[in-house]
Amino acid sequence: MAVDKEMNVLIVDDYKTMLRIIGNLLKQLGFGNVDEATDGGMAIEMIKQKKYGLIISDWNMEPMSGLDLLKHVRGNNDNVPFIMVTAESKTENVIAAKQAGVSNYIVKPFNAETLKQKMTAVLGEF
Amino acid sequence: MSGDQKNGIGREKVVEIVASVIERVRSSEELSRENLYRELKALHDLIEETRQDIGRTNFTEISGKHIPSATDELDAVVAATEVATSTIMDSCDAIQAESEKMDPHHKEFLMAEVTKILEACSFQDITGQRITKVVKSLKVIEGKVSDLMGILEDKIPGLPMGQDEDRRQGDARLMNGPQLPDKSVSQEDIDKLLADLF
Repeated sequence: MAVDKEMNVLIVDDYKTMLRIIGNLLKQLGFGNVDEATDGGMAIEMIKQKKYGLIISDWNMEPMSGLDLLKHVRGNNDNVPFIMVTAESKTENVIAAKQAGVSNYIVKPFNAETLKQKMTAVLGEF
Repeated sequence: MSGDQKNGIGREKVVEIVASVIERVRSSEELSRENLYRELKALHDLIEETRQDIGRTNFTEISGKHIPSATDELDAVVAATEVATSTIMDSCDAIQAESEKMDPHHKEFLMAEVTKILEACSFQDITGQRITKVVKSLKVIEGKVSDLMGILEDKIPGLPMGQDEDRRQGDARLMNGPQLPDKSVSQEDIDKLLADLF
């Protein structure tokens, strides 16, 4: 089944620069409905208001980390595809994210091709 | 690091001298007022020398000046790169908007190049996170030095606290690198100063 590029995508990062970078790359990949949140708490509020087809989140945020956001989402039985984009590349981090239910994991710095590959792995070809 | 080394005190040397004094008192053969005075004088000199060594270490300058200055400089690096990155990305947005008016070949080329620039801009996030880690480490060191300073002041009353001297000569004394935003003088101020001087 073809990926619906009209789906809502939520990107979460406390660095506004990264929000712009990921948002711009998503736009180039054809995803136009992209919302941004600057921390986990804000993301939770947005998830309550709107149905998202994909969440792309940074890990290292305060006060709520990307991992806590992921646990919260999965705790509410929400199986939305969740990609963690982070500089945290230690094995224990990847394991913790996997155990929490992450769909895929991108290590910063990354390029557009890597983002596309991981999105394809999670959503299917587009 | 042992506790002795941390405090800058050669405890073994002190123990050796005290043991020597006790031994002589015990044997009493060599005990004389002169010998006892000489041994105690050596002990006093050693303690005084250690006190001076600690004083010259300038712990106050480390925790009160050098580390806060270093963290401020690093914070300024993060802020400056953030501004520069934002400007680069604004230019990318403008190029992307303009490329919409071009033929498909040129548009594709520009979009690919803009994508490379955007990917490269993520350096700012990574360097920012790395610098934040360094700043946190420096703050931990600052706290430890302050704790050590408190211990030393309690244990060694009257400890001399030296000040760092600027030992640079001539024009080298003027070289202080870029100033932090809140301490820098604007081009406008410099123009005015020059106009007033000449």
